[in-house]
Amino acid sequence: MEILISLIKILVVMLVLLTCVAYLVLVERRVSAFIQNRIGPNRVGYKGLLQPVADVLKLFIKEDIVPKLANKPLHRLAPIIAIVVSLSTIAVVPFGDKINLFGYEIKLQIASVNIGILYVLALTGLGVYGIAIAGWASNNKYSLLGGLRSCAQIISYELSMGISIIGVILVTSTLQLDKIVEFQHGWRWLILLQPIGFITFFVAIFAETNRLPFDLPEAEPELVGGYHTEYTGLKFGLFFLAEYANMITGSAIVVTLYLGGWQFPYLQSSGLPEFWTSIIQVGTFAAKVGAVLLFMVIIRWTVPRFRYDQLMDLGWKFMLPLSIANVIVTAFIIYLFE
Amino acid sequence: MIDNYIPLAIILGFATIFALVMTRVNEWFGPKKSTEEKQTTYESGMEPVRTAHERFSVKFFLVAMLFIIFDIEVVFMYPWAVNFRQLGLLGFIEMFVFLFILMIGYYYIWKKGALKWD
Amino acid sequence: MSLIDILFYFFATIAVVSASIVVFSRNIIYSAFSLLFTFFAVAGLYVLLNADFLAITQLLIYVGGILVLMLFGVMLTHKVVSVDMKTGTLKILPAALITSMIAGTLIGIFTVTDWRVAPLQTGDPIPTAKGIGEMFMTTWLLPFEVASVILLIALIGAAIIARREKEAK
Repeated sequence: MEILISLIKILVVMLVLLTCVAYLVLVERRVSAFIQNRIGPNRVGYKGLLQPVADVLKLFIKEDIVPKLANKPLHRLAPIIAIVVSLSTIAVVPFGDKINLFGYEIKLQIASVNIGILYVLALTGLGVYGIAIAGWASNNKYSLLGGLRSCAQIISYELSMGISIIGVILVTSTLQLDKIVEFQHGWRWLILLQPIGFITFFVAIFAETNRLPFDLPEAEPELVGGYHTEYTGLKFGLFFLAEYANMITGSAIVVTLYLGGWQFPYLQSSGLPEFWTSIIQVGTFAAKVGAVLLFMVIIRWTVPRFRYDQLMDLGWKFMLPLSIANVIVTAFIIYLFE
Repeated sequence: MIDNYIPLAIILGFATIFALVMTRVNEWFGPKKSTEEKQTTYESGMEPVRTAHERFSVKFFLVAMLFIIFDIEVVFMYPWAVNFRQLGLLGFIEMFVFLFILMIGYYYIWKKGALKWD
Repeated sequence: MSLIDILFYFFATIAVVSASIVVFSRNIIYSAFSLLFTFFAVAGLYVLLNADFLAITQLLIYVGGILVLMLFGVMLTHKVVSVDMKTGTLKILPAALITSMIAGTLIGIFTVTDWRVAPLQTGDPIPTAKGIGEMFMTTWLLPFEVASVILLIALIGAAIIARREKEAK
C-alpha cells in the first residue's frame, strides 16, 4: 500500500512538474515580451495558452541529427543524465504537511530522508556530468567550451551553496528538509535569521541553473548554443526541460530553506478544518515558488551577463569568504544566546 | 530506514525510463533525410578545422582541484553543524581551528594568484 | 528473497560490471564514465547498510569532485582517445608474484577476521550524521584537525601547480 501511495505521489508530482515547466517557458516568453515592449506568443489557443503544447509537438517530429564526428553513445547519454538528475531532485522537497485522503494520512513529500538537504546538493553536483558529456561528445569547439565553462561554474558555486546551507543546519540542527520547514512555523522564516546565507544561496542557485546573469555556458554571442549546439529535436528538448525543471526545483529549495516552505503564519490557530489547512499549505508553497520563479525570470531580462573572469572572481573571492564568515558569525551568535 | 529511500529509487527509475523513451522519439516520428552537410560539425558556416579535442587551459583543472579540497572541508562541517547546540564553546573552538588552518591556505592561494582567471 | 536482497544484488552487479569496464575498457573516456556508475552503486550499497551520510559523502566528494577532476584530466589531454591503451605483457613472474601475495593477504584477512554482523535495522531511522559529528568532536578530534592540515597542504600544492603555469607563460 505504501509503495502504491508513493507511486501515485511520484506520478502526480512528475505531471505537475512537467506541466509547470511547459508553462514556465510560456510565462518567460510573455514576461520577456512585456519587458521588451513586444507582444509575445498569443496565437495558439486562448491568449497563447496552448503554445507549450504546440512547441512540444513540434519537437516530437524533428529529425534526429548526430554529427559524424560525435561520440554516439555518449552523445545520447548526456541528455539522459541531465534530465534524470533534474527530475529526481524534487523528491525530497516537502510541498505540504500531511493530508487525509480516503482515510489514508499522506505525507506531502515523496521521500523524507535523513540527509535530504545533502541529497539536493549531491544531485546538483551530478548535473555537471550531463553538461560535460554533452560538450565533449559533440566534438564541437563551442560545445566543449560551453560544457567546460559550465562545469567550472557549477562546481565553484556549489561550494558557496554548500556552505550557505551550513548556516541553516546550525540554526535548525537537522538535515531533513521537512524538519527544517517545521522549524519555520509562524514568522520564524530563515530568511530573517540567515539574511546573508539567503543571499549567497540564492545567487548560487542562479549560477547552478545557468540563468542570467550567469548563463556563460550558453552565451549566444560567443558560443552559439553552448553545450547543446549539436543537439536537435527532443534531445535538445530534454536539455531545455532539465534547465527549467532545475529552475523550479531550485526555487522550491529556496522556499523550503529560507522562505518558510508551506508554512502559512497563524493558519494552524485559525480553526479551519484539517483538510482545508492542508490545501492552503500546498497553495502557499506553490505561490511562494511561483513568486521566486517570477523574480528569476524578471532578473534574466533586466540584468546583463557577467564576463567569465568576473563570474569566477565573484564565486571564489566574494561568495566563498562571505559564506564562511556567515557560518562563523551564525555559530558565534547561537553560542552566545543559547 | 530503507523504506524512506525506496521512493528515491522509484523516481530515479521513472526518470531514466522517461529519458530513454524521449531520446528515441525523434527516431520514430522524425524525418530521416540525412545529408553529408547536416552531419558536419557546426562551426558558424566555416569548414570545421580539426576536432574539438584539443588542449585546453589548465585553469579548469585547477578549479576542480580547489573544489575537491573545499568540498571535503564542507562535508566535514555538516556533522559538526548538526551537533553544534550540544557541543557549545568547545565545538565552536574546534571548528574555528579547523577553518582557520584552511583559511591560511585560502589566503595563500589567493596571494599566489591561483584564483585569478585570465 | 526480500526487496533488500534484490536491491543489494542489483547494486552489487552494477558495481562489479562497471568496475570491470573501468579496468578492461580500451577507451579511457569509457573507463572514466563507468567509474561514475561504480561510485553510484557503492553509494547505493551504503544506503542499504543504513550509512546514509557516508553514501551522500560518496556522491558529494567522489562523484561530484574527484571524478570531475579525472574527467577534466581525460578530456583536456590532447588526443587522449587515440592513445593506445594496450601495453605489452612484460615481467609476468614478478607481477604474478606480487598480485598473488596481495590477493592472498586480502583473502586471508577476509577469512580470519571476526566480522561483527549487526542485526538488520528496522523501524525509525537513526540519523548517522549526528553520531559522526559527536565522534569527530570528541574521540577523534586530533584526526579531524589533522585533516585540515592535510587539506592545507593540498591547497599549497594546487597553488604551486598554478604558479608553474604562469612561469611557463
